[in-house]
Amino acid sequence: MSQNLLGTARCIFQRDLILAARKPADVATPLAFFVIVSSLFPLGVGPEPDVLSRLAPGVLWVAALLATMLSLGRLFAGDHADGTLEQMTLSPHPLTPLVFAKVAAHWVTSGLLLVVLSPLLAMQLNLPAHAMGTLAVTLLLGTPVLSLLGSVGAALTLGVRGGGVLLSLLVLPLYTPVLIFGAGAVTASASGLDTKAYFSLLGAFLLLALGFAPWATAAALRISLD
Amino acid sequence: MTWNSWHAFFAMGGYADYVWGAYGFATLVLFWNVVSAVRKRKAVLKMLRELALADQAPKETGAQRYVSE
Amino acid sequence: MYKYASPKNFYALAGRLIPWLGTITLLLFVFGLYLGLYVAPPDYQQGDSYRIMFIHVPAAWMSMFVYVMMAGAGLVGLVWNIKLADMLATASAPIGASLTLMALVTGSLWGKPTWGTYWVWDARLTSELLLFFLYMGFMALQAAIDDPRRSARAGAVLALVGVVDIPIIHFSVVWWNTLHQPASIGSLGRIVSPTIYPSMLHPLLIMSIAFFVFYFTVVLIRMRGEILARERHTGWVTQIVRSGMEAQGARP
Repeated sequence: MSQNLLGTARCIFQRDLILAARKPADVATPLAFFVIVSSLFPLGVGPEPDVLSRLAPGVLWVAALLATMLSLGRLFAGDHADGTLEQMTLSPHPLTPLVFAKVAAHWVTSGLLLVVLSPLLAMQLNLPAHAMGTLAVTLLLGTPVLSLLGSVGAALTLGVRGGGVLLSLLVLPLYTPVLIFGAGAVTASASGLDTKAYFSLLGAFLLLALGFAPWATAAALRISLD
Repeated sequence: MTWNSWHAFFAMGGYADYVWGAYGFATLVLFWNVVSAVRKRKAVLKMLRELALADQAPKETGAQRYVSE
Repeated sequence: MYKYASPKNFYALAGRLIPWLGTITLLLFVFGLYLGLYVAPPDYQQGDSYRIMFIHVPAAWMSMFVYVMMAGAGLVGLVWNIKLADMLATASAPIGASLTLMALVTGSLWGKPTWGTYWVWDARLTSELLLFFLYMGFMALQAAIDDPRRSARAGAVLALVGVVDIPIIHFSVVWWNTLHQPASIGSLGRIVSPTIYPSMLHPLLIMSIAFFVFYFTVVLIRMRGEILARERHTGWVTQIVRSGMEAQGARP
């Protein structure tokens, strides 16, 4: 393992990607969940194209929220079980950048794949074609925020009984601003309105989460491993 | 004078259900706060008392049992 | 002043303060209710239904104030490792959650005559609902962790993340609300404006102070319980337990 911080962080990032590639089922399950939840809505509310295209932004965004939340469990659990996490806290490097590398790898194997899948589901829900680009951009800006905020919850509930349900209770209320502006932008774009303000706000959330969340996650990890 | 009679006061200008419902619920919540806070402290004291008793009394019987065995 | 930072002295001080604070709370509530329900005239638009404001608005204010207190106390406990601060945060959560619930229920009861329906996704009610979820998360997290130190510290981190997120949540909800609500529906906050009559403002202020003192009274009672539970291995708590047993006539 390389000695400098950047090298170590890159090493962790690559290692997490390799681990994910070796266990594709773990990556695929939240994606399958995303697809199934979005496909259930037409069955629940009826197949009228107008109704579906009105609901599409909200449904897709809520499904993305839930899928991200489900994938948070594996963020630290494996490393916690085999002691890697302890090693990281004991390493000479500050924990925050290492946590950041792990969250980045998590986003590549969850949020980014949701972005790739989203046009397919948008089509299924009859979202107007010109709004699909907006959907992809909002997911691209928003899902990293979900991974970052979620990492705080995942670190706090590490090894706690009832962790999964507890995690959803901690994390979902914090996700509401991203949901509001993410789905809001897609709705606005579907009705031909300007989406610049939404993008700037989602970008601002991303910057704030980038600055604050890895640090909070590192603090939470130290508490959980204490 | 705001109210002409007690009857008018309780009727709250036709909004009696909402106004008294809200005030009733608020009273309930305030009471719950006080009662649960007091109870919690009493429960801790009771638990500590029982622990102290358990510490004193059965120690001898436990030792006796150990000796007799 | 510093000597009250020890749990033992704080326990005694709180025990002396509680009767006084309780009396002040009671007097403020009686005076506030007298002004709000008896003296204040009906609103020219909402009639007497607006009187729910005198509990709804203080409850909503306090629900946010208590969360900030919780996060502040959590931060102090986290940084300086002060047990009393941890206990203040833990003791505040159920009070804050119950006041949030009160704001939700009274808001909904006020909404029925104002809007014609019990629930509208009005900005303040929606924010309160999310705040309620945040309180639930905090309490669930603390309840799920048995080790008191870890429980306090994990709660503190969550409360701090929450306190950064709350203004953003509130801003998002207001934005979302202005997009989706027809402008004709008046907000519950309409009546709380700079032009409010003194006869309506005074009861609101008195009730707010009453809720404020009420919180400190109850939080002190709760903290006394927390102190006993967490300091049970110290000599002075043992003494309190012993003296209580003698007073009762210790049974074998």
